[in-house]
Amino acid sequence: MTSEELLQIAEASTAEHEQFDFQLNVCMGTGCMSQHSDKVKAALTEEVAKSGKHCHVRQTGCMGLCAAGPLVLVEPTETRYGNVHEADAKELVDSLGGKPLERLETHLDKYFQGQQHIVLENSGHIDPEKIDEYIGRDGYQALMTALTQMDPQTVIEQISKSGLRGRGGGGYPTGLKWGMVAKAGKGQKYVICNGDEGDPGAFMDRSVLESDPQRVIEGMAIAAYAVGASKGYVYVRAEYPLAISRLTASLREARRRGFLGSNICGTTFAFDIEIRLGAGAFVCGEETALIASIEGQRGQPRPRPPYPAVSGLWGCPTLINNVETFANIAPILRNGPQWYSSIGTERSKGTKVFALTGKIANTGLVEIPMGMTLREIIFEIGGGIPNGHTFKAVQTGGPSGGCLPEEHLDLSVSYDALISAGSMMGSGGMIVMDDTSCMVNVARFFMEFCMTESCGKCVPCRAGTAQMFDLLTKICDGEATHADLDLLIDLCDVVKNTSLCGLGMTAPNPVLSTLRYFKHEYLEHIDNKYCRAGVCACAGKAPAKEEVTA
Amino acid sequence: MPAYPMPPLPSEDKRWKIVNGTMRRHGFARNALIETLHTAQSSFGYLDDVAIRFVARSLHVPLSQAYGVVTFYHHFSLKPAGKHTCTVCIGTACYIKGADKLVAEAQKYLKIKPGQTTPDGNISLMTARCVGACGRAPVSLEDGELVGLMEPAQLLKKLEGWAAND
Amino acid sequence: MSPAVDVKTLVIDGIDVSARADQTVLEVARENNIFIPTLCHLDGLSDVGACRLCLVEVKNSPKLFPACVLKVEEGMEVTTKSDRLLHYRQTILELLFAERNHVCSVCVTNNHCELQATAQSQGLTHVRLPYRSPRLGVDASNERFVADQNRCILCTRCVRVCDEIEGAHVWDVMGRGIDSMVITDLMQPWGESSCTRCGKCVNVCPTGALFDKTKVGSDHPKYPDFVPYLNMMREGR
Repeated sequence: MTSEELLQIAEASTAEHEQFDFQLNVCMGTGCMSQHSDKVKAALTEEVAKSGKHCHVRQTGCMGLCAAGPLVLVEPTETRYGNVHEADAKELVDSLGGKPLERLETHLDKYFQGQQHIVLENSGHIDPEKIDEYIGRDGYQALMTALTQMDPQTVIEQISKSGLRGRGGGGYPTGLKWGMVAKAGKGQKYVICNGDEGDPGAFMDRSVLESDPQRVIEGMAIAAYAVGASKGYVYVRAEYPLAISRLTASLREARRRGFLGSNICGTTFAFDIEIRLGAGAFVCGEETALIASIEGQRGQPRPRPPYPAVSGLWGCPTLINNVETFANIAPILRNGPQWYSSIGTERSKGTKVFALTGKIANTGLVEIPMGMTLREIIFEIGGGIPNGHTFKAVQTGGPSGGCLPEEHLDLSVSYDALISAGSMMGSGGMIVMDDTSCMVNVARFFMEFCMTESCGKCVPCRAGTAQMFDLLTKICDGEATHADLDLLIDLCDVVKNTSLCGLGMTAPNPVLSTLRYFKHEYLEHIDNKYCRAGVCACAGKAPAKEEVTA
Repeated sequence: MPAYPMPPLPSEDKRWKIVNGTMRRHGFARNALIETLHTAQSSFGYLDDVAIRFVARSLHVPLSQAYGVVTFYHHFSLKPAGKHTCTVCIGTACYIKGADKLVAEAQKYLKIKPGQTTPDGNISLMTARCVGACGRAPVSLEDGELVGLMEPAQLLKKLEGWAAND
Repeated sequence: MSPAVDVKTLVIDGIDVSARADQTVLEVARENNIFIPTLCHLDGLSDVGACRLCLVEVKNSPKLFPACVLKVEEGMEVTTKSDRLLHYRQTILELLFAERNHVCSVCVTNNHCELQATAQSQGLTHVRLPYRSPRLGVDASNERFVADQNRCILCTRCVRVCDEIEGAHVWDVMGRGIDSMVITDLMQPWGESSCTRCGKCVNVCPTGALFDKTKVGSDHPKYPDFVPYLNMMREGR
């Protein structure tokens, strides 16, 4: 493959689609598939054939707005239809070339206008299983340029200059990480893509893998070239069958086109990728646990140092980045680091994909520039709280994160701002809660999660989360005292500071953040046996004092 | 090939050849344990002692280590599932939207706890830690088919349908 | 000629000490008679950093490090005793006592138990947490030994000694989190497993979880010191 050949494929792909008057893009992400978008696609294909219109129906990845699925996007008019069902197919096809079908239009300009798509630039626009469509949208140009015009050190410099930080949660500067692996000798090295998206309430990685898998493969190949690795693994949750099948097909396509294998892009660079399936363990999102799992063992973390960059998979230097991080690589090289670093805030560059869910009107995936306020995300893009309820808290960072109250709604989203407010960026789950959620119960929910997902290796996480869960249950049930609350706070401190890995160290965060902003709810459960959201079992249990007088 | 003899296939069942194929593809390397268990689980629906012993012996993994791996990961099951499986997602988004009510309803109707199968072997009730379809929360998987915006009444209807067709 | 030994100098609890570059802080501390409590560590076995009792403070780092796996570095300043560390160690011990069922007065290893001794050394007088007391089994199927899961602290010494020293790997851990348990083979009764009856696991077990049937009702000391000696003999030194 030469750059001329790449250009030819791109032009052929564009020409193939331009011969049609219309493109009907049907979302075939997991969200819309659950609404039978496959049947919608079949119906549309049939109607198009009947109508004789020069129109192409194709499957695409996630368009973001899962709440209004199944979604159909008409190109080139960019008309978006939601809640499309089989019965609507004829009417929809008939309307092509005339006035848009108002009945099905999504009318959610605000949802799309506020966003800036880099990672999701192809989602909803290409068929994820056709590599040529990816190439038609500038795909693999970055890899070609890197391999033929840059030395590995230059690639790392470009990534460093862009200011990209790890999108898996920790926010470690990506360029620094790559540099560490590059410097770790000349022997066998590995690149691992962490697709073990374990945060409940987050599905960014699933969506990227389903919608634009080639982007992740290209990012991994560039990384492998930069750090000197010849072998890569994508670790994907077994719970994501669609992502696995699309990724498998895409790896085959990438090999066929010569972007994986030996002599990639006519150079001496050789690299290939294998898929490894997760088996349902949240802790495997932790680097060392993930490595143990790829090695076929129990996914238990080990103490760091040594870091995987020095001693990782089978003791070799290993680069581990998250799906979204790899998805950012190609655009950075294509458009230059200055372009990327012009987006976002001082210390958090670029965009971030969030899974906006919970008690919010427009649930789905949003990609926003760093620095946007929570209020803009929730009330403008997200459309606010439905059914006349009021906003109570927004949870970010999954089980390791925290709940932020109304007074923090004007916080602009960045790694540092979220941490100083007592939460964290995490992988990108953003769950909105209204007045029907009890914050103590929410803390208990997360503690139950951490307890069942604890690997059991170190004492504070194994036994500490169980004790904290019992204490939170006691509070929810209206049977706790102030001494129990003090003990809970003490355990939070111990577990946070003595646990072996990130799961244990952050397990107390949901408790600490709800204690910081919603302590009155804890006290109401303890003193008044009262749950203002009415979800806990404490209601009706009168305080001990009153029982005596009664 | 390994220096000492490989265990014979446990039975004539053709599925063992599929399991063996996965191990061969990985050169019978010990690190293929989880990949092979995935194959065995999807071939047989669950992993019994015969399967674990066969895989462990073939890959030269100690029995206790293989058992430790199987029981560490939620995806692997030691018991066969029922004829039908209802999996309720209890991820955060689904929890906020009332997944606990779905679990309670199913528990009440089936008289079993999550992770169990009805005594007649007809229906298994499971919970999942987020299936990544939070945009349509609360969701459940009815025999693997993802259903979004699930209501307790709707779930009950499905379960009643399964029970009636037994 | 043997290669020159790379020597590092560091400070532990205000004392200047020197060490080989491949040593851990725990090894160096013990060589210099500085006591750091441990439970999962055992001389001669690999280290896992799981019990978290040996956590120490390192100057200019907000994080605590397990001394058993912390490699020495030139100029490192380590603190092994502070009010904060003591509080953490006591709480971790409380968590261990409350996790299962540790009632010393009716335990076969009373007065020979490392959990008990460590609690005494750390001045632990009472446990604030409720005992979880799960009803776990006692496996007496082995003709010589008994496994009482209720006394197990999941230090995994038995797993490591069986794998690394005996080479049998009969023991491992099953399940995860609070439900973790040590098992033999496919969670079979110990007596029906491929165990070689060597008894190494019993001697390295820090509590009364693994014990010798013949010692019930009498004094049951344990002798884990054979491990480094065995290693030494194998290496032919």
